[in-house]
Amino acid sequence: MKIIENRKIFFAVSVVLICIGLAAMALNANAGRGALNWDVEFTGGTSMELDMGGAFENDTLEDIVREVTGQTSPQIQQVIGTNSVGIKLQSIDSEMRVALMDAVTKTYPDAELTEANDISGTVSGEMQQAAIKATLIACVAMLLYISLRFRDFRAGGSAIIALIHDVLIVLSAYALLRIPVNQSFIAVLLTILGYSVNSTIVIFDRIRENKSAFQTGHAAEKINKSVSQTLARSINTSLTTLFTIGAIYILGVQSIKEFSLPLIVGIVAGAYSSICISGSVWYTFLPKIEKGEKA
Amino acid sequence: MKMKGRLMLLVMLVVAIALGAVSYYGIGEDGQMSAAQIKQGLDLSGGVDIVYEADQAAVTEEEMAAAISLLQGRLDWNGWTEAEVAKEGDKRIRVQIPGVENAEEAIQQIGKTAQLSFADEAGNVLLTGDMVRNATKQVGAMEQNGPSAPYVALEFNDEGKQRFAAATASNIGKVIYIIMDEKVISAPVVQAAITDGQAVITGQFTGEGAEELASLIRAGSLPFNLNVIQMKNVGARLGADALSAGIRAGAIGIGLVLLFMLFAYKVLGLAADWALLIYMGLEVIALSVLHVTLTLPGIAGIVLSAGMAVDANVVIFERIKEELLQDKTLRSAVKNGFSRALPAILDGNVTTLIAAGVLFFLGSGTVKGFATTLMIGIIISMFTALVITRVIVKGLIYAGVHNPKYYGLRTK
Repeated sequence: MKIIENRKIFFAVSVVLICIGLAAMALNANAGRGALNWDVEFTGGTSMELDMGGAFENDTLEDIVREVTGQTSPQIQQVIGTNSVGIKLQSIDSEMRVALMDAVTKTYPDAELTEANDISGTVSGEMQQAAIKATLIACVAMLLYISLRFRDFRAGGSAIIALIHDVLIVLSAYALLRIPVNQSFIAVLLTILGYSVNSTIVIFDRIRENKSAFQTGHAAEKINKSVSQTLARSINTSLTTLFTIGAIYILGVQSIKEFSLPLIVGIVAGAYSSICISGSVWYTFLPKIEKGEKA
Repeated sequence: MKMKGRLMLLVMLVVAIALGAVSYYGIGEDGQMSAAQIKQGLDLSGGVDIVYEADQAAVTEEEMAAAISLLQGRLDWNGWTEAEVAKEGDKRIRVQIPGVENAEEAIQQIGKTAQLSFADEAGNVLLTGDMVRNATKQVGAMEQNGPSAPYVALEFNDEGKQRFAAATASNIGKVIYIIMDEKVISAPVVQAAITDGQAVITGQFTGEGAEELASLIRAGSLPFNLNVIQMKNVGARLGADALSAGIRAGAIGIGLVLLFMLFAYKVLGLAADWALLIYMGLEVIALSVLHVTLTLPGIAGIVLSAGMAVDANVVIFERIKEELLQDKTLRSAVKNGFSRALPAILDGNVTTLIAAGVLFFLGSGTVKGFATTLMIGIIISMFTALVITRVIVKGLIYAGVHNPKYYGLRTK
């Protein structure tokens, strides 16, 4: 496989995808919707999910919500392909939630509350901090492990770049598809990190093992061969994981769809980055003499 | 050799069937260790999860204990006996009520300010909870040389002292009801007029019962309110849907994986599938025995770790194929395949364990559920993928499945 020879194409594809995601974030932020679709867990407030039990008018529902709560900018979003709708508000108390449901069922008698969340500012602040802390600690721990394991900053650094790549791709998916960013977001990110490191390590292990089989100056062939040797594994493993996560996405309820969709994106991105990006980045870091170029 | 191989396979077959039976039916009459014993999180059972916080800077342990008794009492009185109340941090209390029909009513019921009063037999209020300075559980002899028994000691403030003196004086020999939220929590008979503001309630108390009553009475004069700072309500129908969809998705996903492995790796795939079924049995039993609360992301964690279990086998099998291509004998190919794949498998699992561990210690709620099942799953899957699969593959070889073609060799 000519991975190294085509590395610039691979880099370009990734950069373009990530730029699209960043652009989506910028556009969303400009439109006043937030760069990402922050859930009440991180912003504080009340979210309610209703099964309307039949067809309904978004505007009528919005009018009801405005009237009962007195809030000027409730966010109301229908779950595509269903009669379910999500409502996001500044925090309202139990009495007002009851009043709101009473008003809704007056117009839509079959409407039913399926889920409600109310998060105060204190708690959302704590959740934000815990999320940032968890991500940072996990990244540092993995970084340490990778550096210890490879004792080679070029390998470790390339693995980390592949990781950052995967995180950015997953973030782009969150921005483009407006997937709610809540506690599961952290779980998704860390799972993808673990998963992607795993694939990269399998390939890098092989590169190290093939070291003696190639002479200095043939790094490109060495990396290409290692990637090819592990290719079946990379693809088969991604496939089996996609079978299970895919089944969960297709059959699951809304909240688990929001959890499994970015996981699917991440697993595909992880497979791509470990095959096409990680080895290529390593190659880029190598000194000229190992690449067989004149120093 | 053939005998040994068959014996190994037989043992593995028995193990698989036994684990399957235990995880399905459980052990003993109450089905211990079975899937039915696994506790379901609120996102699967439906219900409310509420976190209260005292709106006062410093709260004593005693005051918190009183508040918890109050919430616990209200849950019991309303028939929500499945509910759980737990202290979180210094001044927070988490209440979880599974399967509650009308969540908002429950929230309003248990969150209201405590209304404690003392009333006579005719129902006239004699004094109210804010006049109680303290209520404690004591243990001691009630009469000279009598047996030591728990009782509840009451202390009133000045107004309470006067009112209680008047109340006891006019109710000697009669009952005074102590009422919380219109519910009689104690009905002591007045034995004498009490003028010093120090009363005791005796009776057939257990230590716990006395503590509970004292706490409830203290809750009548709590100096703070409990504010809802977090509330999550999942409809029972959504929970049930989530569970059945999760199980169906898991079954289909794992079914696909089983088929895929069989087609991709033939005999080796059979060994991996066999090990995967053993993994599922062990996972169910582990969740049941360790009292893990299963949440929706938790199911995803199980499924993901099943994927990792298969991954380990894929890494090994690809290695075995390569070794076979290099004209190694079947036995040495299998041996090398397992040993050469080991470092990569360990690395991969360690990094995922790091991620899961961080989530477990820093995450909350559903994320913790995901981290828990992922960690348990990874540990079990390493065992089944490395040990169980190996025993089965060896058993198959010993038993006479020799043709390298069955092990993925294509060219010869």
